[in-house]
Amino acid sequence: MLKTPASDGPRAGINDDIGEERRLAIYRIQVEIRESEQRAFDLFLQNLVKGTSHLSLGQEAVAAGFAAAMKPGDLSFCTYRGHAHTLARGVPIEKVLGELMQRDNGLMRGKGGSMHLTSAEHGVLGSYAIVGAHLPIACGAALRAQYKGEGDVTVCFFGDGTTNIGAFHEALNFASVWKLPVIFVCENNLYMEYTPIGEVTAVEHPAADRAAGYGLERIVVDGNDADIVYRAAAAAYAKARAGGGPSLIECMTYRHSGHSRADPAKYRPEGELEKWKQRDPIKLYRERLRQFGVGEEVVAAIDADVRRRVDEASEKCKAAPPPPLELLTADVYADGGFAWRN
Amino acid sequence: MAELTYRDAVARGIAQEMTRDPDVIFFGEDVAKPGGVFKTTVGLYEQFGPKRVRDCPISEQAILGAAMGAAMTGLKPIAEIMFSDFFAVCFDYIANEFSKSRYMSNGQLKCPLVVRTANGAGSRFGAQHSQSVENWAMMIPGLKVVAPSSPRDVIGLLAAAVRDPDPVIFFEHKSLYPIKGEVPDGEIVDRLGSASIVRAGNDATILALALMVPRALEAAEKLKREHGIDCEVVDVRSLVPLDMQTILGSVARTHRLFTVEENPRLCGWGAEIVSIVADEAFYDLDGPPVRITTPHIPLPAADTLEDVALPTVERIVDRVHRSMNA
Repeated sequence: MLKTPASDGPRAGINDDIGEERRLAIYRIQVEIRESEQRAFDLFLQNLVKGTSHLSLGQEAVAAGFAAAMKPGDLSFCTYRGHAHTLARGVPIEKVLGELMQRDNGLMRGKGGSMHLTSAEHGVLGSYAIVGAHLPIACGAALRAQYKGEGDVTVCFFGDGTTNIGAFHEALNFASVWKLPVIFVCENNLYMEYTPIGEVTAVEHPAADRAAGYGLERIVVDGNDADIVYRAAAAAYAKARAGGGPSLIECMTYRHSGHSRADPAKYRPEGELEKWKQRDPIKLYRERLRQFGVGEEVVAAIDADVRRRVDEASEKCKAAPPPPLELLTADVYADGGFAWRN
Repeated sequence: MAELTYRDAVARGIAQEMTRDPDVIFFGEDVAKPGGVFKTTVGLYEQFGPKRVRDCPISEQAILGAAMGAAMTGLKPIAEIMFSDFFAVCFDYIANEFSKSRYMSNGQLKCPLVVRTANGAGSRFGAQHSQSVENWAMMIPGLKVVAPSSPRDVIGLLAAAVRDPDPVIFFEHKSLYPIKGEVPDGEIVDRLGSASIVRAGNDATILALALMVPRALEAAEKLKREHGIDCEVVDVRSLVPLDMQTILGSVARTHRLFTVEENPRLCGWGAEIVSIVADEAFYDLDGPPVRITTPHIPLPAADTLEDVALPTVERIVDRVHRSMNA
C-alpha cells in the first residue's frame, strides 16, 4: 500500500507544508545526484573511475527527500551505493568524484574509494560495503545521542537485499528495545544484486513486512516522489526527536543502471526499465514544480548551474594528482602511523 | 594493597574507568543485572545504573556495531562478548569495520572502544567455548590486542585499553578468573605494548601469555630445581603493540627462545615472534627457537583430553630440558 499525501495537487503559487524554497532545494539535490552519477558513469567509460562503483540513477528522490528533512548535526550512514546520500548532505561534487577517481583531492584522498565515502564534517559517518554492517553501527551513534541528550537523529540507508542478513534483524530489535533515535530506510529497487528480491524473500515488502516483528509501524512509500519521501522522513525525524524511538521506512524505487559498473542488468524483463523511467523522479519533480507555479527559467537555471559545477568538478579531478605514497601507511592507528611493535 | 581475584579485578577495572569518565558505558549479554555469566561484572549495574550498564539481546553483531557507532561519535564503550569463540558470529566488526574505519576514512573516523571477552580452555566446555583466539585479532591491522595474566594487570591494562584512542581487544582467560593476586590500592593504569619479565634467568627465555604465564613460571621453578636450567619468563601481555625490545633483550642475554602458546599450532602469536627473532637476532641464538603449543586440533570436552591438549607444566619442562641438552 502506497501512502499518497492528500495535499499533493495542482496548487500553483501556494506554499504548502513543503514550500517553494524547500522544493527547489529538493529539486537541486536530485539534479546534482543525477548529473554527478551520470558523470561518474561517463568517467568509467574513459577509464578514469577505477575499481567498482554503484550508482543511484533513478533513486535520487530518496536521498533528496531525506536530506531535506535533516538538521545540521544529524548523522547519515550509507551503503556502497552511497554517492547520492553523500552529495545530498552538501559534500562537494569534486570531493566525491575525486574519491571515485582515486585522486588526492578525493574525500578520503583515495584511501577508501567509491564504496566508503565518508565526510564527518557533513555528518556522513561512512558508507559501508559489507551488507547490513552499518545498521548496528547506526544504533551506536543513536545510543550516544540518547545517552548524552544531544538531540540529533541518525539515519541509515540500505537496499532491499540487506533485509535478509542477520545484522538487519539484530539492529531493528536493538533499536526498538532501547527506543533509539534512528531511522532505517530501505531503498527497495526490486533487485538485491542481480536476483529479484521477491524471489528470495518470504514477504512482499522485504523491510516493511518485517516491521511488526520489531514493534514498528509498517511504512511503504513511493520512493520516486521526493515530496512523499520528505513527508515520511520529516515524520520519522519528529518522532525520533520526541523520544518516540526508531522508524523503518521502505521506499519503492528503481535503479536505472545495473548493480555495479560490471552489470548491464540484462536480467530485467523487457519494458520494466521503460515503465519506471516514466516515473523518473526528476521528471516527476519537474512536473511538480510546474504545478506549483515555478517558472521554467528557474528550473533551467538550476539545471545549468549543476551541470557547470559537475563540469568544473570533473575537470579539477582530472587534473588532480594521485595520493602521495606516504598515505599508504598513514592512519592505521591513532598516532597517525602503522607501528605494531617497538 | 589487597588480595583480589582476577574475576573481581575485572569489575574493579571497569568501575575505576566508569568513575573517572562519564563517557564510558558498558554493555553485553547478561552483564548488568545478572553480573555476568562468569560473575566478572557484579555490582556495576547497582553502582552506575541502567543508562551506563546494559543487558543486551543475544545479538553479537548489534553489540559490536553499537559499540563502534557509540565510539565513533564520542563515547568510550566497553562491550562484552561472552566467549571469544563468538567472535566468529560478529567478526565483520572486528575484521572489517572498527579496525579499518580510521584508515579508510583517511583519519576522519575513530573507534576508541574495548571489546572484553572470555578466552581460553580449562572449563571442559568443548570446541566452541574454549578456544584461544588472540591470533584472530592479532592478524588484523588497526587493532590492539592484550591478554592479562594477573589481577593487577587486568585493572591496569583495562584502564590503558579504555583510555587508548584505538580499538582494543581485551582477552580475559576464563581459567584465571578464580586466581588471586596482590593489587595496590587506588587507581592503577598500565600501558599497552609493554611485556613484563616475571622471572629473571640466564639460560633460556620462555615467552608466555595469560594462563600460560603461571604454567611457564611453575615450569621454570622445576627446570631450575630438577635440571639446573635457569629460565627467564616473559609475560608478553600485549600482542599489539608488541614489545619486541624486551623480548629481543632477553634473548640477547639467554641465547635461547621458547614460546608457550595455548592456541592451536598454525599461525599462533609465537610463530610471528620467532620469525622476528630469526630475522633480527639469529646470531644471538645458541639453538633453534622452540614453540610449545596446543596441537592443531579443535579442543575436546573431556577433562582427561583437554588437560593434555594444552601445554602442561610437564610438557614445558620436558621440551625445554630436551632442547637445552640436544
